[in-house]
Amino acid sequence: MSILEISNLSLSFGGVKALQDVSFRVPENTVTTIIGPNGAGKTSLFNCISGFYKPQQGTIRYQGQPLPGSIKPPKRAALGLARTFQNIALFRGMTVLDNIKLGAHVHMKSGLLSALAYFGPARREEMDVRKEVEERIIDFLEIDHIRRQPVASLSYGLQKRVELARALAMQPKVLMLDEPVAGMNREEKEDMARFILDIREEWGITVLMVEHDMGMVMDISDHIAVLNFGQVITEGLPADVQNNPEVIKAYLGNSDIDSLRKKLNAEGEAA
Amino acid sequence: MRIGDAKQSYEADEAIWTSQTQKLWLGFFLLILLVFPFVVDSYLLYLGCLVGIAVISTTGLNILTGFTGLISLGQAGFMGVGAYTVAWLSINTALPFPVTLVLAGLMAAAVGILVGLPSLRVKGLYLAIATLAASVFLHFIFAEWESVTGGMGGLSLEPAHLFGFTFQSDFSMYFIIVPLAVLMVLAARNVFRTRIGRAFIAIRDRDISAEILGINLLRYKLMSFALSSFYAGVAGGLFAYFYRVVTPESFPLSMSIFYLAAVIVGGMGNLLGGILGAAFMTLVPEALKLLTAALTPFYPNAPVFMSPMLEIIFGALIVGFLIFEPHGLAEIWHRIRRFFRLWPFKN
Repeated sequence: MSILEISNLSLSFGGVKALQDVSFRVPENTVTTIIGPNGAGKTSLFNCISGFYKPQQGTIRYQGQPLPGSIKPPKRAALGLARTFQNIALFRGMTVLDNIKLGAHVHMKSGLLSALAYFGPARREEMDVRKEVEERIIDFLEIDHIRRQPVASLSYGLQKRVELARALAMQPKVLMLDEPVAGMNREEKEDMARFILDIREEWGITVLMVEHDMGMVMDISDHIAVLNFGQVITEGLPADVQNNPEVIKAYLGNSDIDSLRKKLNAEGEAA
Repeated sequence: MRIGDAKQSYEADEAIWTSQTQKLWLGFFLLILLVFPFVVDSYLLYLGCLVGIAVISTTGLNILTGFTGLISLGQAGFMGVGAYTVAWLSINTALPFPVTLVLAGLMAAAVGILVGLPSLRVKGLYLAIATLAASVFLHFIFAEWESVTGGMGGLSLEPAHLFGFTFQSDFSMYFIIVPLAVLMVLAARNVFRTRIGRAFIAIRDRDISAEILGINLLRYKLMSFALSSFYAGVAGGLFAYFYRVVTPESFPLSMSIFYLAAVIVGGMGNLLGGILGAAFMTLVPEALKLLTAALTPFYPNAPVFMSPMLEIIFGALIVGFLIFEPHGLAEIWHRIRRFFRLWPFKN
C-alpha cells in the first residue's frame, strides 16, 4: 500500500522544465529515498508535495486522496506531511524547546483570550505539549542538554537534529527530509541514520528523503527513486537501482567504462 | 548568587518567575509602585501616569514590531481611535470606565485589522509606508468628521467614573493607569508562553518555515495587529481620561515615531525592553529640563543655551544607545543579572 503516489507530475518555470512526467510511489512505513545529480528536481518535487509549488500537470495522492493545489502548506502540515529543509529553517532566535514546541502548533487549539490569561485550557495544553516534547522527542533524539539554548549557538549537526525534532512534534504520517546528513561528520551521520531507522520502526512513520550520501542511502533505504533532468529513470530496491546502467550513466556520464579508459589513455599520451 | 534551580515539575519550569529571589524583587517593585503616589509631588505623579500610558502602548507596538516583525507607523493613529472612542462614549453614554476602555481597545483592534490587511503582501519598509498612509487617513478623519470627533476643536470629556466614584485627580488616575499597565504587560508575557506568541516570533524569524509548520500567516499577522492596536486603543483611552481633551493634534505622526523609538531603544522583542524604552523616552526629556533648571543658578544663561539643545541631546542619546547597545536597554539589564548570578565568585 502506498501512502504517497505521484503520477505524471510536470512543473516548469518559464522554459525550464524542473519536473517532466514524474511518477513514483512511496510505500507505507518504508524509508524511501530520491536520489539524482544536482539540479535533477529533487527539491522541486518536495516543494510540490508540501504545497509551495503548484505543478502544471499530474496528481499527488496522499493516503488515497488527491492533494490539489487548493490545499495550502499549513493544511498539508495538519494532514500529516512534515518536512525539514536542505538549509536549516529553524527560528534562530528561539530556544531549542520553543522551536520544537512550534512543531506541535497545528495540534493545539487554545485561543487568544485564554492565552492572555494563561489560565485553564491554554495552560493545560502547554503543559501537555511540554511533557510530550520532553518525554518522547527530546529524550529520543538525545538533545536534553541543549533545550534552553538558542538555536543560533548550536553546531550544524545539532541544528539538523533539532529540525528533525520539530518535524516529529508535528506528529507526521510522512516525514520528508531534505538532505538530512549533508555536511555532517561520520559520527553525526551514523546518529542520524539510527534516528531515521528508529523513526520508521518505533514510530511507524514513513520517511521520504533526498540524500547524496550513497553509503547511507544504500544502507537504510527500502525503496529508491532516481531522478535525472526532471525525469524518473528508475525506482526499486537499493540493489537493483545500484546496478541499473541508466543510473550509472546519470552519475558517471558514460556507462561504457572501456571507452572511457581508452579516451583517458589517449589524452595521457598526447600530454 | 544563585546555586542551581532544580525543579520538580514542568509547571515550575514554565513559570515566569522561577526563583524566590526573583519573586522577592518583584514584590519589592510592586510595593514601590503602590507607595509611589503617596510620597511624591504632583509633577512626579504626572510623569508616573505618563510612563504608565507609554508602557501600555509600547508593549502593544512591541508585540507587533518587536515580536512579529511588522513595522508600524500607525500606533498614534490607533491610540487616537481609542481616545476618540472613550471621549465619544463618555459624552454620549453613562458607561463606566472599564467598559469604555475595553470598547476603545476593541474599536482600535478593528481598525488595526483593517490596516494590517496589506501585511500579507508587503513587508518591512513597504508596510511602514502602508501604515503611515493609514495614520494620515485616520488623522484626516479625526479632523474632518465633525459630528463625531468635533473637528479641529476636538472633544472635552468628563472624568472617568465607576460606581459613582469619579477619577478627577492625577492621584486617582494613577490607580487606574498603573495597575492596568502591570496587568497588560503580564497578559502580553502570557501570550508569549503559548502557541500564539511562538507563532508571532516564528513569523518574524522565518515566515516560510512558519507556514510549513501549519501557521496561517494572514490569521496570525492580523491577530498581532489586533492585539497591538487593542493595547494602543486602551492607552489612547487612558490618555483621553487623563487630559480630558482630545484633538486631532493629540496624536501626531511624531508620536508613532516616539513609540517605535521606545521599542527600539528598549529592545525589540523583549517586553522588559518595552517598559524600559517607554520610561526612557518619557523621562529623559524631562530629566534634561531638570538639568537645565539645576544649572541655571550657576550659569544664568543655561536656559537660553540649553533649551534648543535638548532635542539634539535627546537624539544623540538615542543614536548612542543604538550604536553601543544595539539590543537595547534590556540587554544592559540582562548583563547586570548575569554579573550577579555568579557574584562574588566570578566577575
